[in-house]
Amino acid sequence: MNSLHDTDVNVGDQLAPLVLPLSRSLIVATALASRDYQDVHHDPTLAQQKGSQDIFMNILTTNGLIGRYITDWAGPDSIIKNVSIRLGVPNYAGDTMTITGTVTSKQDGQIVVGVVGANSMGNHVTGTVTLVLGATGQGGTK
Amino acid sequence: MTTAPTDTTDSAAFEASLQQFVGLEIGVVAVAPDEVNVPMVRHWCEAMGDTNPVYLDASAAAASVHGGLVSPPTMLQAWVMRPFGQGRDESESNPYSQLTKAVESHGFTSVVATNCEQTYDRYLRPGDQLTMRTVIDSVSGEKTTGLGTGHFITTRQDYFDGAGERVGSMLFRILKFRPAPKPAPAAPKPLRPRPSLTFDHLFWFEGLKQGKLLIQRCAECGVLRHPAAPMCRECRSIVWDTIEAGGRGRIHSFVVVHYPQIPSIEYPNQVVLVDLDEGVRVVANTVDTNADQLVIGAAVQLEVRMCDDDLSLPFFKVVQS
Repeated sequence: MNSLHDTDVNVGDQLAPLVLPLSRSLIVATALASRDYQDVHHDPTLAQQKGSQDIFMNILTTNGLIGRYITDWAGPDSIIKNVSIRLGVPNYAGDTMTITGTVTSKQDGQIVVGVVGANSMGNHVTGTVTLVLGATGQGGTK
Repeated sequence: MTTAPTDTTDSAAFEASLQQFVGLEIGVVAVAPDEVNVPMVRHWCEAMGDTNPVYLDASAAAASVHGGLVSPPTMLQAWVMRPFGQGRDESESNPYSQLTKAVESHGFTSVVATNCEQTYDRYLRPGDQLTMRTVIDSVSGEKTTGLGTGHFITTRQDYFDGAGERVGSMLFRILKFRPAPKPAPAAPKPLRPRPSLTFDHLFWFEGLKQGKLLIQRCAECGVLRHPAAPMCRECRSIVWDTIEAGGRGRIHSFVVVHYPQIPSIEYPNQVVLVDLDEGVRVVANTVDTNADQLVIGAAVQLEVRMCDDDLSLPFFKVVQS
């Protein structure tokens, strides 16, 4: 896994999209791995009784997937400083979410990537991730 | 004599009362039941599909900028999640419960999470023992959103390590709202105009309800007539019976009606005058026929269709002759 360095990144760079089929197993496995036991994330019957069409992804997982998306691109020498997200439509089991990202700023050693996770109903999440890339010559695993 | 307070006063008092909650700490300090540990990180990475080696591969982590294993930063909240089966603290002494009740008492009963902002002061490492404190950060004034009118409530969670140093924080915003009224169910499709039924042509509409296009026939001289009439124009007999049309014919003339548009009619409104093979002419709409197929002399085939429970009508489709 290579790491990006400051000099590799420019404002306007687009990250490769991540297409993520939202299987029921993924919704449940990620909810439990994030210790979120709310029934709407694993019990379809109760989720429907509460007005949802199916179980849906929990917020910790949305954060986790965005973190993964960023380090998949930036590599192990990146350090995430901030993840700010705005939540939209739910990620229901059976749908597919595609995460895309664009470098929106590069200043004082900090990179900001604008991210969007969209499913068939619209934007599930929009937000920004602020990160620092391993500086050249500081022992990064380029 | 007393005067009821105006709505404005009420609302201003309510808004002011909400601001009293800002800055209050919610509940006790949460203590993570487990120190930051590799097995829980492994479960997280497996489920998320996260292959960043700094979380699980000790030698790769040591060679990285992190200098050793770290926990995924976005896993911050997971370390202090409520155990399975333990509900929210809804005790009356909890300021968050009080705030929730206050907004719910004004009708803002629905809830949706809108924002989550996490800031990481440093990455967590195996062995870190986390505690977390939650404070009500802000309560917005009344806002109108796509979901309905309500108040945004933002809480702030600060995370500390065993030495009491802050390692991260999270702003979490929800909207407590009064659901927007559901849109009225779509109005039922208007019905086609009703024919004014008389004894003379009731048989014709009744026949259509059974899927048959009937043609009136003079019982004396056998001449067919349409539209229905009480008397034979040839022999003046008022005795009649009917035959069922075979359903084939040709376009004698046609028109496409553009104006006025009637809600119950489908457009383009193509009206054909059809010479039935039996020798009478019928006016009807077309089905499954494009404008360029409307040609005088084109062969047509009858289709009787039910327009609604009480009305069936003949339609014609242009076919290969």
